[in-house]
Amino acid sequence: MTLRATVAELVREFRASGRIVIVGASLAGLRAAETLREEGFTGSLTIIGDEPYEPYDRPPLSKQVLKGWVPADHTKLPRMREVDADWRLGVAATGLDRATKRVRLADGEQVPYDRLLIATGTRARQWPNPTEAALQGVHTIRSRDDAEQLQKALAESPSRVVVIGAGFIGSEVASVCRELGIPVTVVERGSAPLVGALGGVIGEIAAQMQRDHGVDLRCGLGVSSLEGDSGGHVRRAHLSDGTAVDADVVVASLGSIRNVEWLEGSGLAAGFWGVGCDAGGRVFDINGVVTDSIYVAGDVARAPHVLYEYQFLAMEHWDNAVFGAEVAAHNMVNLEPHYHPHLLLPGFWSGQFGVNIKSVGVPPFGDEIVFTQGSVQERRFAAAYGHRGRIVAAVTFDHGKWLEYYGKLIERSGPFPPPPPGWDQPPDMKPMPAEFPDPRVPTAVPDVVLTGHAPSERTAEFRPRRH
Amino acid sequence: MRIVVDLNRCQGYAQCVYLAHEVFRLNGQEALTYEPNPDDERRLQVERAAAACPVQAIVIARVDGAEGIATS
Ligand SMILES: Cc1cc2nc3c(=O)[nH]c(=O)nc-3n(C[C@H](O)[C@H](O)[C@H](O)COP(=O)(O)OP(=O)(O)OC[C@H]3O[C@@H](n4cnc5c(N)ncnc54)[C@H](O)[C@@H]3O)c2cc1C
Ligand code: SF4
Repeated sequence: MTLRATVAELVREFRASGRIVIVGASLAGLRAAETLREEGFTGSLTIIGDEPYEPYDRPPLSKQVLKGWVPADHTKLPRMREVDADWRLGVAATGLDRATKRVRLADGEQVPYDRLLIATGTRARQWPNPTEAALQGVHTIRSRDDAEQLQKALAESPSRVVVIGAGFIGSEVASVCRELGIPVTVVERGSAPLVGALGGVIGEIAAQMQRDHGVDLRCGLGVSSLEGDSGGHVRRAHLSDGTAVDADVVVASLGSIRNVEWLEGSGLAAGFWGVGCDAGGRVFDINGVVTDSIYVAGDVARAPHVLYEYQFLAMEHWDNAVFGAEVAAHNMVNLEPHYHPHLLLPGFWSGQFGVNIKSVGVPPFGDEIVFTQGSVQERRFAAAYGHRGRIVAAVTFDHGKWLEYYGKLIERSGPFPPPPPGWDQPPDMKPMPAEFPDPRVPTAVPDVVLTGHAPSERTAEFRPRRH
Repeated sequence: MRIVVDLNRCQGYAQCVYLAHEVFRLNGQEALTYEPNPDDERRLQVERAAAACPVQAIVIARVDGAEGIATS
C-alpha cells in the first residue's frame, strides 16, 4: 500500500471505530457531538458534564427566565440529530493524562480517548469574600440553578436589589428588576456600564438609559463589603466611598473564570486566559506546539484571529460556541488539507431596557468611534469602531438589520470612517476616541518562563503571579 | 418541543410574533424573547413562524427528547 492509501485507511478506520471524548456538555459540547455524527463518525463518543442536566441554553436565563415568563428547565437545547453517545452527566473531569490518553473523572473512573474536545466554558466569578458570598440573598448567574434561585428571590418582591458590575449580564439583571418594578442599585467600578465591551462613548448612552429607567446607577465605585443580619441574610452593601445601600438581594456580576483547573499538569497551554489553540481548534501545548489529538471550542478557547492582527482572542459569545464546535468537530475527523478554519466574525446581542443591542467584530480593538446612522437621543442608531483607518467593529441599538452591512465592511477590511450606507445619517459624523479602559493596568496574569537547553529538554512553565 | 432562536441572525422583523404570539414576544422595538419549550399544541404555529422568518433564525429540534442520558 502507498503511504497515501495507508493514511486514508487510517482516517476511515478512526471514523469507524475511534474513541472521542468531549468534556463539557453544554452548547459547544452538544453541537460538536452532533457535527461528529453528521460527518460520519460512528466510533464511540463519550460526553462528560459536571452539571446534572442535559445541554441547555444560557442566554434566556438572564432575560425571559429571570422575568418569570419561562421556567429555567424549559431551556434545553434542541437536538438537531441523534448523537448516540455515552452521556456522563453530573460528574466532573478532574484531570488529563496525555501520555496514556485518559481523562480522569471525579468518581475515580478514567475514560480513554483517541481524540479529545475541551468544551468546559467559563463559570461566574464569585464575590471574593467567601463568608459574605455565602450569605443568603447573594447570587451569581451562570447556570440553570442560579437563574431559578434568583428568579424566586425576585418574585418575592425584594425591597431593593444591588447589582455589582454593569457588564452585559449585570445590566440585563438590572433591566429585569426594573421591568418587575423592583428598586435596583447598580455599582460599577468603571466609568459607565458596558465600557469594557463597548467603550466609554457607548457606555455613557447605556448609563443614561439605565437612569431613565429608574436604576440608581453608581459608577466609579466598588462594593467593599456585604453585611448580613443575624439570620445570615444579606441586608446591606458598603461602597468604597463610605456610603451604604440597604438591599435584600445582591447579584455579583463580576465576569467569568475559565474552567481550566482540571487541565493543570497536562502540559497544555491552558491557564488564566483559556486554552490556546490554532484557528482550527487544535490545542497548543505549553510550549506553543500544536497537539494532534486535543481540540477546544467555545468560551474556554482562545485562538488567533486573522482580522485582528492574529491576536489570540477568547470570545464568550453564543455563535462562537456553535461555530467553533462545528469547526473543531470537523477537523477531529479529517486530515490536512481538509481542515476548516474558525474564521467567525464575532457577534453578540443583548436585550436590556427594551433595547436590542448588537455588535459585530471586536469593539475593544478599535480606538475611535463614529455614529453612522440613526439618532442617539432616540436610542436607535449604529456606530462603527476604527483602528488605524480601518473599520474593526460596529454596534447597533435597535438597528439590528444594519449589522450585516457593517459586518461585510469589517470582513473586507473596509475604511474607517466607513462609507455612509446612504440615508438616516446623524448630523454629526465626526470620529472621536472610543474610550476603552487603559490596557496597561497590571493584572494577575501569570508569567511564563523558559527552562532547559537541549532541544528535547527545553520547555515553558507557568509561574502564577500573585498580588 | 424545543426551539432556539439564533438572535445574532434575528433582525426583529416580528414575523414570528404575528404567527405565534404566545411563543415569541418583542420586548421593545426589536428585542425578541421566546419560550424555548412551547407546548406541543403550538407545533404548527411554531413551524409556520420558523418558515416565515426572513432570515431563518428559528431552529426547531429535529429529534425530540433526551436519548438515554445517564446521570452519575
Ligand atoms: C446568563 C447568561 C446570558 C448570556 N447571554 C448571551 C447573549 O445574550 N448573547 C450571547 O452571544 N451570549 C450570551 N451568553 C454567553 C453564552 O451563553 C456562552 O457563550 C455559551 O454558553 C458558551 O458555551 P460553551 O459550551 O463554550 O460553555 P458553557 O455554556 O459554559 O458550558 C461549559 C459546560 O462545561 C461544564 N464543565 C466545566 N468544567 C467541567 C469539568 N471539569 N468537567 C465536566 N464538565 C465541566 C460546565 O458546567 C458547563 O456545563 C450568556 C451567558 C450567560 C451565562
Ligand atoms: S421572524 Fe425571525 S427575524 Fe423576525 S423576529 Fe422572529 S426570529 Fe427574528
